[in-house]
Amino acid sequence: MTSETKVVDKPRPAVARRRPGRLLGLQPLGIVFAAPYAVFLAAVFAYPLGLAVWISFHDYFFAAPGAQVARPFVGLENYKTVLSDPAVRRSFLNVGKFLVINVPLTVVLSLVLASMLNTVLRARAFLRVSYYIPYVTASVALVAVWLFLFGMDGMVNQLLGPLAPDPSWLVNSGLAMPVVALFVTWKQLGFFILLYLAALQNVPKELYEAASVDGATSYRAFMNVTVPGVRPATVLVVILATITGANLFTEPYLLTNGGGPDGASTSPVFVMYQKGIEQGTPDVAAAIGVILVIAVLLISLINRRLLESD
Amino acid sequence: MALTETPTTDVAVAEPEKKPGRKAVGHWLSLVVLFLGALVFLFPFYYMIVGSLQEEPDTSLRGAVPTGGLTLDNYSQINERVDLVRSLVNSGIFTGGVILGTVVFGILAGYALARLHFRGRSTLFAVMLLVQIVPFQLLIIPIYVMIVRTYGLADSYLGMILPFAINSTAVFVFRQFFLQLPEELFSAARLDGANELRILWSVALPLVKPAILTAILLTFIGPWNEFLWPFLVTKDTELQPLAVTLANYISNVAGRATNPYGAILAGAVVLAAPAVALFVAFQKHFTASNLGSGVKG
Repeated sequence: MTSETKVVDKPRPAVARRRPGRLLGLQPLGIVFAAPYAVFLAAVFAYPLGLAVWISFHDYFFAAPGAQVARPFVGLENYKTVLSDPAVRRSFLNVGKFLVINVPLTVVLSLVLASMLNTVLRARAFLRVSYYIPYVTASVALVAVWLFLFGMDGMVNQLLGPLAPDPSWLVNSGLAMPVVALFVTWKQLGFFILLYLAALQNVPKELYEAASVDGATSYRAFMNVTVPGVRPATVLVVILATITGANLFTEPYLLTNGGGPDGASTSPVFVMYQKGIEQGTPDVAAAIGVILVIAVLLISLINRRLLESD
Repeated sequence: MALTETPTTDVAVAEPEKKPGRKAVGHWLSLVVLFLGALVFLFPFYYMIVGSLQEEPDTSLRGAVPTGGLTLDNYSQINERVDLVRSLVNSGIFTGGVILGTVVFGILAGYALARLHFRGRSTLFAVMLLVQIVPFQLLIIPIYVMIVRTYGLADSYLGMILPFAINSTAVFVFRQFFLQLPEELFSAARLDGANELRILWSVALPLVKPAILTAILLTFIGPWNEFLWPFLVTKDTELQPLAVTLANYISNVAGRATNPYGAILAGAVVLAAPAVALFVAFQKHFTASNLGSGVKG
């Protein structure tokens, strides 16, 4: 992705500076073409982002449309409320648990399956489609089957017999979040396999040949050629998996009936929904949103730094 | 299209094998693992269908391979509780609106980002990338305030569609495809005096047809599967898409059906079937190369 950004900047500036008439660029029509999308981004991204920050610093509540109400500036009050709220803290902790399970599992499984898939010819299309089918299916539909599978008398417990956890998976405060993490890993894996498959096409074949000449086992070749070769994709996979964690709502909401036993599987977005819309404190909810946005940006940045520096 | 990976034709294992024995074993091991993986991914779908056809929920191992007692009753059960046709139509309108907005405005934006030099292009590109990192769920409160409270668009298709109207990933895909076309094509057309709209319509667009299908597939899964936003914005059951009605059914009224699991799974099959059918039918257009152009950089 990084080289693409360079492409964008290449031809323009010198030309623009030389000819003051080209204030709008060589092809100002581009502004017209891009305008609807730019307006859309401004309306559903930039403005709401600003509004979220504004709301989070004010005593904001829902009022009848058109009513003039005072919404005094309260400084960091909402942030204090958020950070001292045990429900919020628990939801962040839950996402932490989710990420610890989901991210490594996703990276390892998708890379291994993608590199295996890359070497077989037989049934390749069938395998690829089976992997991404969960990704393209609605969480709501898949949750229904998982409820059936992981319910008290579900097939998983029938299989385990006396080994079945008690209380059962989805109502067990220690297991609710891991099951959610497992569900999301399973659902998203196909997409990440596709990303790695694309990245694998860029690993020079000569490197594998060289490794093979050196007598490296396929395991060594995998560790020394494949893993470093797909590093940019790994950065992307880790960032996207982290974002999925920050976004979590539907899966814990439906799979563990709200937020699991004692809020064991609440997610920040779920708490935002509860506080902002159910309990009518959008200011507190907006503060959670702002914290999440900052966290996601920070984690993305750190990931890039960590994984891209050799 | 000049894409690097075409899964049906590329040959990755054609190099001479030095130790055929060990390689072959490794190859078969890979196949076994891959097929076991496929089983893990597909079994829940199979189980969804089986469960939706059972008269009584049978969660034992034998229940997975039913020999009798199959019925379509669960489908009429769920249809009695939630208006399946109405919900499907709502899902269709929601998804159709988003696809329309994405195809029309996304192609224009993707073309401008790839091929036209105008002021603000790098800023727009940077924001487009940022949008993919900061997802809309985190901005749900201000967007809810805007759409529901300020503009009064609760319980309307417009309110449902608006936050999704142009899919940024699709814009990115369009841009990548337009970027791959040779520059000479455009300079020649410009020399001939064609205007940009004409160039886009008659020169560029015919060459990126596969991108349009990929983008439509990619866009489809967003609104069709979306739960949170339509759940917040529609309280009127007449307007709710299937994902919302089914989710509400799961969390509220399931207790009232005689075979709640059967009815839920029947609803799940109805919700899943269009997406699965679409992606199986057009699987060639949803490959690593179509999507992964972004990672290749």
